[in-house]
Amino acid sequence: MNRPWLLWAPLVATACIGGLAIYGLAVPKDEQVRSAMIGQKLPEFALPPATQGVLPLSNKDMVDGKPRLLNIFASWCIPCKAEAPQLEELKAAGVEIDGIAIRDRPEDVAAFLDEFGNPYSRIGSDSEMAVQLKLGSSGVPETYVIGGDGTILYQHIGDIRAEHVPMLIEKVNAAK
Amino acid sequence: MRMLALICLMLATPMFAQGSGPTPALANRQLPDPAQEAAATKLMHSLRCIQCQGQSIADSDAHMAGTMRAEVRQQIAAGQKPEAIRGWMIARYGEWVSFEPDMKGAGLLLWLTPLLVLIAGIWLARGLFRRGA
Repeated sequence: MNRPWLLWAPLVATACIGGLAIYGLAVPKDEQVRSAMIGQKLPEFALPPATQGVLPLSNKDMVDGKPRLLNIFASWCIPCKAEAPQLEELKAAGVEIDGIAIRDRPEDVAAFLDEFGNPYSRIGSDSEMAVQLKLGSSGVPETYVIGGDGTILYQHIGDIRAEHVPMLIEKVNAAK
Repeated sequence: MRMLALICLMLATPMFAQGSGPTPALANRQLPDPAQEAAATKLMHSLRCIQCQGQSIADSDAHMAGTMRAEVRQQIAAGQKPEAIRGWMIARYGEWVSFEPDMKGAGLLLWLTPLLVLIAGIWLARGLFRRGA
């Protein structure tokens, strides 16, 4: 054998594959599907009001020069109930919040707002999830930071917990 | 008792977990033109459902998959090319949403690896044959 090092090649290759397998097992899988729309303008949409007494929501409503949060929620979504106090806290801190209710009924949205409060300036109803698809959103709840010119700046996936509140306030303020 | 448990289990299904909105009309209804429907179905088999991540939107019963099927059929009916619709989905959810990796970056490696392994194999075998001769 004029190239004895070649004998080791299969072992090295196997060790590499084994190492990759162990790495794959050790590192928890990130199953979140992030939107590829970050940095882009909001898609065009015009949603009817989600229930009586709330204002409808279109993309043009979010191009008034004022940065805000766009919260994707639903009355049937349990983490959405869990994040309600944090949305109230954000509103109290002066953050403007618009909402999109996904696959919801007007009476269910009304009951949800009655029970958990209404921090929203406007709530559009996306009953067929069409706007959710346009946004590259993959579930509820999700919260987007929208710049004053309607640019999508940041996507928060999952419920907003107490520890996320300062970060979101900072992101909205940074967009001013 | 067992009956009661069974009834409880039946009621315990996540009745409210998916909401109560309507399913888009084109989620489960074929396009009138068979050629268009064939193109839409072919594309739907190669797009990944966002909710139930291992399935294509053609195979999935998730509401998000229904919305994605409706979007595909609408765009096909409007004369859009299937690859343009794939691009539309990728622009929203990233390369992840397509079951057919693009020929660039990591995708290129995926396509070229079998070819590289084959070349390496031929090179190894060539050495062996020469020694045998």
